[in-house]
Amino acid sequence: MSANTHVFTGGFSDPVFQSQSVFRMLMDGMARPGSVHAVEHDAGQPDPLGTAAGAIALTLCDHDTPVWLSAGFSKSSVGEWMGFHSGASLTREKAEARFAFVEAGAALSSFGLFSPGTQEYPDRSTTLVIEVAALGEGQSFTLSGPGILQSKSVEITGLPEAFLRLWADNRPLFPRGVDVILTAGRSFLCLPRTTKIVA
Amino acid sequence: MSADLATYNFAYLDEQTKRMIRRAILKAIAIPGYQVPFASREMPMPYGWGTGGVQVTASIIGPEDVLKVIDQGADDTTNAVSIRAFFQKVADVAVTTHTKDATIIQTRHRIPEQKLTEGQVLVYQVPIPEPLRFLEPRETETRKMHALEEYGLMHVKLYEDIAINGRISKTYAYPVKVDGRYVMDPSPTPKFDNPKMHMSDALQLFGAGREKRIYAVPPHTEVVSLDFEDYPFEIQTFEQDCALCGAHGVYLDEVVLDDKGGRMFVCSDTDHCEDRREHGHVGAMLAPNQEAAE
Ligand SMILES: [Zn+2]
Repeated sequence: MSANTHVFTGGFSDPVFQSQSVFRMLMDGMARPGSVHAVEHDAGQPDPLGTAAGAIALTLCDHDTPVWLSAGFSKSSVGEWMGFHSGASLTREKAEARFAFVEAGAALSSFGLFSPGTQEYPDRSTTLVIEVAALGEGQSFTLSGPGILQSKSVEITGLPEAFLRLWADNRPLFPRGVDVILTAGRSFLCLPRTTKIVA
Repeated sequence: MSADLATYNFAYLDEQTKRMIRRAILKAIAIPGYQVPFASREMPMPYGWGTGGVQVTASIIGPEDVLKVIDQGADDTTNAVSIRAFFQKVADVAVTTHTKDATIIQTRHRIPEQKLTEGQVLVYQVPIPEPLRFLEPRETETRKMHALEEYGLMHVKLYEDIAINGRISKTYAYPVKVDGRYVMDPSPTPKFDNPKMHMSDALQLFGAGREKRIYAVPPHTEVVSLDFEDYPFEIQTFEQDCALCGAHGVYLDEVVLDDKGGRMFVCSDTDHCEDRREHGHVGAMLAPNQEAAE
């Protein structure tokens, strides 16, 4: 165990109501892809994990959900912090991960090693939480699919270069596939596997 | 009351259970119409009382919510009253009978007549979530059929029904296809309400407690009732208007008035009926000129 006190500090000050509040934003976010939500409560997460990503980890992760961390997070106390506050264990196997947290600017080479679930149980898939520079400003993308009336325009700064190509490979796997939550500081938006994205 | 409340967590379920159900709900929304297995918990009420819906509501509800609970279309039946009282006690949440004021509506059968809006959540209590169960008792087989999108047998069975009865005889739990992929059971909703599921502005969540399944239809999502070119899907039609509020084109319940065969038809959605009467709509039974009603 690291002597880093960051590991033991933080967490929600009122876990029952704060996790309910964050979950409702996540539920609304998945139901209305591309809608941008802002987490009010600080999760007291260590750098370089963002506020929204930290709050999502505390809301959804526990000892039933192995977590995979990108290289930048692995080098920090993020893993120990998550383990201490949520009970989640880390895995180095992408395919085992129920959640994967990716720091801003990390190179994404493939979604293929994460679990897309099986054709019988497509819910047994990885949800990726990817930090970007900003949501609500930057390059414009057009989303469509379930949860969206006709189409929705979103602005994202710092979407990983390969993302659109990887997403285009993910969509035809349906009902299998990964779901993505893009985070930027306090903000986040959800991209369930059903969402089509056009630049 | 406070002594009682101290013995269990907000909204009754422990946080670990809520997290598990919340993860299932997010997956259900991401895969519209697909049945996500979850580890259903014992609730302080029998299974027939909608424990699946209750667990879904308990996992999503917060202090800001306003809850409405209906059984058939009514807020005042034993089942609805009990579930509403349960959430008032364990979550200290505001309740309403008015569809438009509710943020969460838990239902056993009906979808309210009033169009639901963005941000509202409709939670269905589902007894039998598997639309293919009557064709195939084995879960491993029905899962395979969904996986391979093998719905041919379902169509054959529906067509046999037409051959025998001249029409599809199902009036409740009429199967639908969600977003062009999964066949889903809206059970036990009357088929009259199926069109309301299509492209709804509200999020629809389904919880089956005994069968341990959660599924969902996101807002603005296609929900198509299965049918055939020569036998298109049709909803029930009612010749009468509501005897109390005069509403036409709504789902009506028959009420027996006396033992001489007297009866009337009234809105099954009691809030809709009351709201209409408050706005001055009058049905034949309540018309000021009684002769007109007779
Ligand atoms: Zn009426």
